[in-house]
Amino acid sequence: MLVSLLCLLPALAGLVAFWLPPGPRVRRLLPAVGAVHLLLSVLAWNDPPGGGWLGLDALGRVFLGITSLVFLAASVYAVSYLRDEPAGMQPDMGGEDPFSNAKESVFVGCLLLFLASMTLVCASRHLTLLWVAIEATTLASAPLIYFHRHRRSLEATWKYLLVCSVGIGLALLGNFLLVLAAARGASGGAEVLWLDGLAHGSELDPHWLRLAFILLVVGYGTKMGLVPLHTWLPDTHSEAPSVVSALLSGALLNCAFLGILRAVQICAGAGQATFAQHVLVGFGLLSMAVAALFLLNSRDTKRMLAYSSVEHMGILALGVGLGGGGVFFALFHALNHSLCKAAMFLVAGTFLSTFRTRLVARLGGAIHTLPIAGGVWVAGFVALSGTPPFGLFLSELGVLRAGLQVNPWIAAAFLASLATAFVGMARVVLTVALGPPVLVPPVRESWGKSLPPLALLALALMLGLSVPAWLAEGLRQAAALVGVS
Amino acid sequence: MTGTVDFLLVSMILANLWVLGSSRLPSCIRALAFQGVALGLLPFALYPGHITWDLVMLALISITLKAVVFPHLLKRALLEARVDPQVEPFVGHGVSLVVGVASLALSVALFRRHPLPIVPPSDLLMPVAVSTLLVGLFVLIARRKALTQALGYLVFENGIQAFGLGVLKHAPLMVELGILLDIFFAVFVMGITIFHIRRAFATLDTLEMAELRG
Amino acid sequence: MISMLLGLLLAPLLTGVINRVKAFFAGRRGRPLFQLYWDLARLVRKHMVLSRTTTPVFLLGPALSLASLVTGLALVPLGGPALLFFPGDLLVLLGLLALVRFATVLAAMDTGSSFEGMGGSREVAIGALAEPGMFLALAVLVVQTRAVSLSEMWAHRSLDLWNSAGLVLALVGVALFLLLLSESCRIPVDDPNTHLELTMIHEVMVLDHSGPALAAVEYASSLKMWIGAALISSLLFPFHTGSAGLDLLAGVAVVFLVALAVGLVESTSARLSMLRVPQFVGLSSALSLLALFLVIR
Repeated sequence: MLVSLLCLLPALAGLVAFWLPPGPRVRRLLPAVGAVHLLLSVLAWNDPPGGGWLGLDALGRVFLGITSLVFLAASVYAVSYLRDEPAGMQPDMGGEDPFSNAKESVFVGCLLLFLASMTLVCASRHLTLLWVAIEATTLASAPLIYFHRHRRSLEATWKYLLVCSVGIGLALLGNFLLVLAAARGASGGAEVLWLDGLAHGSELDPHWLRLAFILLVVGYGTKMGLVPLHTWLPDTHSEAPSVVSALLSGALLNCAFLGILRAVQICAGAGQATFAQHVLVGFGLLSMAVAALFLLNSRDTKRMLAYSSVEHMGILALGVGLGGGGVFFALFHALNHSLCKAAMFLVAGTFLSTFRTRLVARLGGAIHTLPIAGGVWVAGFVALSGTPPFGLFLSELGVLRAGLQVNPWIAAAFLASLATAFVGMARVVLTVALGPPVLVPPVRESWGKSLPPLALLALALMLGLSVPAWLAEGLRQAAALVGVS
Repeated sequence: MTGTVDFLLVSMILANLWVLGSSRLPSCIRALAFQGVALGLLPFALYPGHITWDLVMLALISITLKAVVFPHLLKRALLEARVDPQVEPFVGHGVSLVVGVASLALSVALFRRHPLPIVPPSDLLMPVAVSTLLVGLFVLIARRKALTQALGYLVFENGIQAFGLGVLKHAPLMVELGILLDIFFAVFVMGITIFHIRRAFATLDTLEMAELRG
Repeated sequence: MISMLLGLLLAPLLTGVINRVKAFFAGRRGRPLFQLYWDLARLVRKHMVLSRTTTPVFLLGPALSLASLVTGLALVPLGGPALLFFPGDLLVLLGLLALVRFATVLAAMDTGSSFEGMGGSREVAIGALAEPGMFLALAVLVVQTRAVSLSEMWAHRSLDLWNSAGLVLALVGVALFLLLLSESCRIPVDDPNTHLELTMIHEVMVLDHSGPALAAVEYASSLKMWIGAALISSLLFPFHTGSAGLDLLAGVAVVFLVALAVGLVESTSARLSMLRVPQFVGLSSALSLLALFLVIR
């Protein structure tokens, strides 16, 4: 009951928001719904999943919590963001034709529908319903990317729509192949799609199961941002408004990862865990390496953050692929990464609205112009690169330990990618933050825009210093559910 | 019933060849509608003993969406965008037809080599499904206009649904409706985006949309 | 024997039927049904005018094509087994049709005119696609009946084949019909009434012929149409009513129905641009391949 409310509330609010006139009322709907959603998620934390289409198991709970938290922070930021956005035409930073924004009510409505579909991904107990929800997230977020109506964002939207829809279509094919793999079993096949039906995993035909797994990884990996399926990610994250980028990186990529984890669950139940792990390790290392190389050459703040997301998604895949403690730390990493990346994107948005450019060559001295945002920017970079005392240090250390246990070369590749990424990111972050300040009219930092990134980063710091017991237990249960040894 | 099943499957293949070989967009859209009707009628021909009211309603919704609503949305996008109704191919129509026939040959050979664990109701169903999938992907890649990319995506989805028909007698109603609804909204959003693309870029040629790099 | 004589006699009538159908759609009365007969009679009485650049090969063209087609007619069953039948006679028929094309092109090139050379090159280009298409269409029927002779194919089948393998027969029928349109140079492949350089294929090759040679050429093209239509009639609609006369009558009736269909297609479609003609002919190959899949699996 609670879970259905969790999905329906944002959906209904979103539909209502389409009809409301633009103004403070529709903007304040966002954090209101976000707060209620977080409250409901906390209340539903201990609800066991019943039978039926919707239910939260240990994995779903963790990802739902992350989504809800990031959405609340982003929605608070969005109120100030929408207030500060100029109505009518504004000049483009590339010196091109001026552009206007889309309607606020469409933005708010789509954001709420986006939340509803992500909740549905976390709460669905049937694999095809999961598919429907992930496709719905693509469709709900496409109008969000095209909020600033200029050519580049339109190009990013079209690429996002097509690449993700085709990729997710392959995941549906993977679902059907799963049914084929179970076809010789007693129940005739369709029952494998229910997540509760993992009991008869041994009846699955290994050949078709492997093919299904590969298709599911390729399909949901497109949404998650694994190389070489990540081509939509940098464009989308750089052209979308920062609120949307924060949600995409902080919540959506995780939900796509949940889809892959469900597939791993099924493989583990059928004894094919080793194969699944090899596939994930391969994708993980490849994503980290390619992202690190692209990070070396970043010229744009938000593109840099996008490639960093690709890299961290690689770490997630690697963690699960290595098994042992790696799964626990991968889930912990998902939480930390979402918090820090969302904070960074929100701050990048503040920079964009103040300096009117994303290019690193034209930015500098942000710490002097915007002390709070600049501080969060540097601190977030310190966090993302895995420096103690932030939580990411613990999670990356955990994954490294798991890697050393499996194969020292994997650990070496992991460290090399991290180091390369550090170099690339450091150049951009420090150039933007330090140095002679770029001349802009003096600006006051509003609390609405400063508080959310500060709060997110503070949470990440707290998690690095001490992990609360209930969280550790929740993560442990979720890791156990994945079933990989 | 093999006669009817064969007829519907051959209609799907002919629709694929039609989409590959046609040089005008309205004609391609008509081929898509034709394929949608054939796909909608396929469950009745494949499983004649299992017809329920759910299935009938689902088929009605599916045929209405695929044969009426989607072509209407695409045609409206075409009209509002006011583009030249020529398909602009990267790969010429003759080669495309060869690719279409080759995809069918490949699929038939593939399923000969790797027999399925179940016996599908018609041994032509799975090859046709995979071939339609491949043709959809090919149309997506080998044509320049954004509208044909959306068309290719719809043919791709048709192929996947045909595959699903062979694997599952019938999926739960909610799931099938969810899939159809998703595809509807996808086409809806794509149609609106195409209109905006035409307005912003003055063309639907996707090669022009190459500003974002690195 | 009788079917061959009927073919020789009635072939020019097919052209008359087609022209009448076109005239009907155009709202005219049109030429008389037997117009081609009067034209042939008139042409035979005239003198020939031979260009000085031609060699004896020039007259070989019409002669060879007429001879090949008459021989080919002896191989085609219609309402009964053909005059000549042996295993592999369908290959001989295809070879004779190729010989006709070769002879016509040779005669065209012999005139030394670039105009006819252009027609020759177009004809050969389309032939390169049409001949494999013909092979494929007949191959489907060979696989289906396990017979390698046209008359055997006619004898071993009956109309209830349509109940069990109707789809295959329909596909092959459409493929053969498309090939008939291209071989006998009808719209949408080639317009027999046009004299514009842009649009001629067959007409341009026979521009220099006159008198009896032109009569031979016209008669030969009507024979080609008869052979194509008779193939469709006897391979796809084999009537076995028990009485040989009734079978023959039914066969000839289907031949005239095919001519009617050709006239219909000619009246209702436009000529394809030259760049699309290969795709049109390729489509018949694709349909035959499809039918082959359905028969083989």
